[in-house]
Amino acid sequence: MRTNLRIFFVGGVIAYRGLFNWIRPHIYIPTMLGSPLFQIVFFTDLGRYSHAGNGDAFFIVGNAVQVCGMSCVYGMTMAVANERWFGTLGPLLATPANRLAVFLGRGVPVFANGLLVSLFGFGVGAALLHFRPPAHSLPALLLVVCLTTVSCTSFGMVLGSIGLASKDFFFVANLAYFLMLLFCGVNIPLSVLPGWMSAIGRCLPLTHGIAAARRIASGGGLRSVSGLLWTELAVAAAYAAAGYLAFRVLEHASRRSAVLDAL
Amino acid sequence: MSYPRLVWRGLFFRMRELSVSRWFLLLCFLQPVIFATIAFYMFKAGGRSGTLLYAALGAGMMGIWSSTLFGSGGALQWNRWQGTLELLVAAPAPFVVVLLPLTLATSLTGAYSLAATLVWGRLLFAVPLHFVHPLLFALAIPAAVLSLGLMGLLMASSFVLYRHANALSNLLEYPVWVATGLLFPISLLPGWVRPVSWLLAPRWGIDAIRHAALGGDAAFPIAMCVATGAAYLALATAFLGLFERAARARATLSLT
Repeated sequence: MRTNLRIFFVGGVIAYRGLFNWIRPHIYIPTMLGSPLFQIVFFTDLGRYSHAGNGDAFFIVGNAVQVCGMSCVYGMTMAVANERWFGTLGPLLATPANRLAVFLGRGVPVFANGLLVSLFGFGVGAALLHFRPPAHSLPALLLVVCLTTVSCTSFGMVLGSIGLASKDFFFVANLAYFLMLLFCGVNIPLSVLPGWMSAIGRCLPLTHGIAAARRIASGGGLRSVSGLLWTELAVAAAYAAAGYLAFRVLEHASRRSAVLDAL
Repeated sequence: MSYPRLVWRGLFFRMRELSVSRWFLLLCFLQPVIFATIAFYMFKAGGRSGTLLYAALGAGMMGIWSSTLFGSGGALQWNRWQGTLELLVAAPAPFVVVLLPLTLATSLTGAYSLAATLVWGRLLFAVPLHFVHPLLFALAIPAAVLSLGLMGLLMASSFVLYRHANALSNLLEYPVWVATGLLFPISLLPGWVRPVSWLLAPRWGIDAIRHAALGGDAAFPIAMCVATGAAYLALATAFLGLFERAARARATLSLT
């Protein structure tokens, strides 16, 4: 148990540092903070012009939650898929380490980073766009953001597992990030989207979390969004399970065909 | 080899190279179409469906900017990583002539995004493709693409001093979308943004294309595309001269 916990926490941090290798301040600041900052400003201004939402808060909350994907989608994809690209997948799979601890441990630093990026997004909203949620709602808002970041990290696990088998995992990660902007109600109310698009959106992470965050930011209590939060949690669990399953299936397939980390 | 032929062959080669890149498929087709769809639905949700052509043109220009930014901003870095930078610099032709087709190709490839958003808008959202000044529209697109390509040349020559040009490219995508009024008017932004936008080719490019398509004076922004393009070319030539001198002084093209 102790070994598994060590693999989960220490292994996760080491893997994150090793595989998300470009994450240094001079790259982190423009990519992980600068880009989300301008994304929030862009969509809030577009929202003002289009009159699509009910005020700036709709776009600030939607994008501030969604930018956790900068870490959760890209970071998690790299934290898993780069094992193959850096040639370390073979040694990793040769170890007797508990696979669940290896796999889920990678999500911890990704989650922490995603949370930081998301909180920075809310800070941008407060500092530049006069976003002022009621003070009493802040703890609940933090809880919702945490849960949504977990859900987005789980989604990243699936993409990372796909990346183990695909040459273009960056393509997949980028496409997923942009599609989340379209399908998850980040900038467009789900009621405006065609039925099939909103149905897809409801199966993705973020969608229910963003809806809950908006309700809480406008003064609602946790109890009023409990249904949304349980759904977001179920989505997170489903994606984590799917990601882990895909990881194990690919591991067995590579052993069977003797093409471990072959590019 | 004559300079025009060098530019033409370089452009042809780079265009073919980009056409098989999935990264550019994402930048030039998928990303603009996704952003156009977001804009269409936002405008529909806000009851501004009359602005759908406005959105389609803006989203197309966003794609041209993204392609130029990532393609040109990293042009020297990519050649450095591939080990071809030394060969390009050592070629008998001036380096600016060698680099020019590489950056023009990125904006030209980006022009696919304009076609993609217009076709997408027409097919899925019934965006009316009635252009008020079709001839000026046909003139505005190459003017915009050329000015962005030359802006790319300036970025390629200046980003080289920053070792992590890709991170800078990540940062600069949204601010230029905002500051040049690609999807909403600059008048929504603070007053100080307007003079900044005058320096940016996408501002004049989108003005030229929009005025030609939706009505208005397209001649002035087309002239500004040419003027800003000439300024970028002059600055890029100067920067590349500095870069070459620094590389020779340090006896390394990596400049590290």
